[in-house]
Amino acid sequence: MAEYRLELKGVSKSFPGVKALDNVQLSVRPGTVHALMGENGAGKSTLMKCLFGIYKMDAGEIFLEGEKIKVANPDEAMKYGIAMVHQELQPVPARSVAENLYLGRFPVKKFGPLQVIDHKKMYEDTAYWLNEVKMDFDPKAQLGSLSIGQMQSVEIAKAVSHQAKVVIFDEPTSSLSDNEVEALFRIMNDLRDKGVSMVYISHKMDEIKRIADDVTIMRDGTYVGTWPVSELTTDQIIARMVGRELTNVYPERKNKPEDEVVLEVKDLCSIHPRSFQNVSFNLHKGEILGFGGLVGAQRTELLEGVFGIRAVASGEVFIKGQKVNIRKPADAMKDGIGLITEDRRGNGIFGCLSIKDNVGVSVYNKYLRAGFILDHQKINKVVDDSIQMLSIKTPSMQEHISNLSGGNQQKVIVARWLANNPDILIMDEPTRGIDVGAKHEIYEIMNDLAAQGKAIIMISSEMAELLGMSDRIYVMCDGKMRGEITEKEDMTQAKVMSYATQF
Amino acid sequence: MENKKKLNFKDIMINYGVIIIVVLLVIYTGITSPNFLSVNNLTNILNNMSSRLVIALGIAGCIITAGCDLSAGRMIGFGACIAGTLLQRIDYSNKFYPEMEPLNIFVALIIVMAICALFGSVTGFFIAYMHVPPFISTMAMMEIVYGINMIYTNSTPLGGYVTAYTNLSTGTFLGVSYLIWIAVIVAAITWFIFNMTRHGKYMYAIGGNPQAAEVAGVPVNKTLIIIYAKAAAMYGLAGFMLGAKAGGASVNLGLGYEMEAIAACTIGGVSVSGGRGKVSSAILGVAVFEILKAALQFLGVNSNAQWIALGIIIFIAISLDIRKYVARK
Repeated sequence: MAEYRLELKGVSKSFPGVKALDNVQLSVRPGTVHALMGENGAGKSTLMKCLFGIYKMDAGEIFLEGEKIKVANPDEAMKYGIAMVHQELQPVPARSVAENLYLGRFPVKKFGPLQVIDHKKMYEDTAYWLNEVKMDFDPKAQLGSLSIGQMQSVEIAKAVSHQAKVVIFDEPTSSLSDNEVEALFRIMNDLRDKGVSMVYISHKMDEIKRIADDVTIMRDGTYVGTWPVSELTTDQIIARMVGRELTNVYPERKNKPEDEVVLEVKDLCSIHPRSFQNVSFNLHKGEILGFGGLVGAQRTELLEGVFGIRAVASGEVFIKGQKVNIRKPADAMKDGIGLITEDRRGNGIFGCLSIKDNVGVSVYNKYLRAGFILDHQKINKVVDDSIQMLSIKTPSMQEHISNLSGGNQQKVIVARWLANNPDILIMDEPTRGIDVGAKHEIYEIMNDLAAQGKAIIMISSEMAELLGMSDRIYVMCDGKMRGEITEKEDMTQAKVMSYATQF
Repeated sequence: MENKKKLNFKDIMINYGVIIIVVLLVIYTGITSPNFLSVNNLTNILNNMSSRLVIALGIAGCIITAGCDLSAGRMIGFGACIAGTLLQRIDYSNKFYPEMEPLNIFVALIIVMAICALFGSVTGFFIAYMHVPPFISTMAMMEIVYGINMIYTNSTPLGGYVTAYTNLSTGTFLGVSYLIWIAVIVAAITWFIFNMTRHGKYMYAIGGNPQAAEVAGVPVNKTLIIIYAKAAAMYGLAGFMLGAKAGGASVNLGLGYEMEAIAACTIGGVSVSGGRGKVSSAILGVAVFEILKAALQFLGVNSNAQWIALGIIIFIAISLDIRKYVARK
């Protein structure tokens, strides 16, 4: 038996103008969870895409059980027993669980001269594999009706059904609730006991410490090293990822919230009975207000309701003491509210447009000559200033936003709202999917904005961020407001969780 | 070094492949039949391009919002017929409104464009507020407009136009046909709208990511209605131009032009997935289309086989265009 189940050696890959991978290696022992870490853009996903033949590597070798293999496409990888659970799942939501599991390899039976799909066998086998990963939902259920966590377990069941020897998890927990994460870890532990090797890509330190045996760290497309997880502290991992010691993860606040209430929400109810109901809260000038809760607690829905994206059945919203009636985002913007949404790609950026157009879209109203001609000079200045102020890394404002890293894209969205000069900025998962360095910059920006007297609402599912950044925290559960934490010393994980689980 | 050269060649083919093919075709046709490059023929090509460009520019706006407009062809026929009924000579025997004095052509044009815009805004309303997919709602409008046009004209062909109207096609300004001037002016106005007004920017934003546009406070519904109304007005104008050129109109005028316009836009680089496309893309696409048609005619290619050539060009052009974005990954 080879010492390593899977080995990647000397992998290099260049894209026009960028060396994405430079002589990278990865060695995964049998029956272990191997964490692959690095900032966004470090090359983790590129490395995995090379392994799956999605990208053709310029140089490098792949060994499975000590034997050299060549992988031309994901299908071949699957045949070698290498499976991937995607960061963004790519199933067919309109079809059943079983059909998704057996997509491309449906069991068939003879029907006269024809070969037809053997539905009975497919459902039975699916039930068996779901049972293998300790899941018991109906194989006939439509995949789209499941939660993201359940869909993920379908993916895992699929990998198991392929007798996979290596399973890659690409940021599997980024959209899971805590319960679902627990379920995932249980499955992973099971697989480990069965001798399956796993590669686990994640930004979440606590998860790495819990689940992983070894860790390989990458930085800027190069290999930094591999260590047993138990030998490294979280700080050491971060230091190796960024190549510098991060002394203070959450930057010092520069101001104290003022007494003035800028936003007050009273008894807001969604039109959907299972969404937010009778929620009240207030927001002060210069404050960073945290919204905690499990995924599905309806925090996003609540604040999108305030912003006019979602329909509200009843309730009142006051801005600086004035009652307002917000029916659509444009109304909210007039009232001085900005919203940075949770799903950056879904309803944040305009991928095919330039940075300038991405920032400008919310202020084209304001910079007009003769009432209808865009004043490009002034717009350029606004965009240029925000690129400077937020230190957005780009060659020019004409660059397509899709060519920027996640962190810089997020800064462009921040710039879009700042150009509109809001008093209240709602930030929904402001640092999701962006790397450690950029996170820090976003925190600095938030602190600066608060110091300028703006009020910030931050929805965060990352406990450390919520506790580290907030002046005050509201915790929601199941569409209802369950608690308010006002004192710094009360802000503990245990306290937040106790409110967040009051179903 | 050699590798680099190869790559450059590939890039050039991806970016300019269709243009290169057309240029080669033009050179070849020019050598084998010198008449092809005569001023007369080139003017003829430009003349043909004029109304097609107006249609393509209208449809480009719809495509940039990730939509399309199948009603264009019927709308052109409708526009041409309305114009025809309003601009017949008083002494014409088959006059549609026998008692009516022919209108001033500008008044007639405004009426045509306004009526078409009205129908376009209805299409836009269904797309924006009722969330009917553009493909379906414009198809519905295509049928409605055709029916109304047949009822309106009783399906009889129109003719006997006043000279002021036919002059639009025969008359020139600075040696260039009025039709070409109209196309140039429409292109300039469209460029201005696309690049210098917030409406244009909103259009790109909606095409790029409608959800994000909504969140960013873009008046998505209003913008969509304006786009479809504006496009319909332009089809009306194109119908007006075609009527002048032909000296008559029938309900079937413009049949299938929407497909040609969509094809021309995509050949020129207006992305059907939305958010991308310029005025120059539409001009380029229409030019490629018309030049190709003319060149094949000069080469004596069977006129039925020309359709096949056009289809092949669409395949090649779009495959190359898609590669630009695929290669970026």
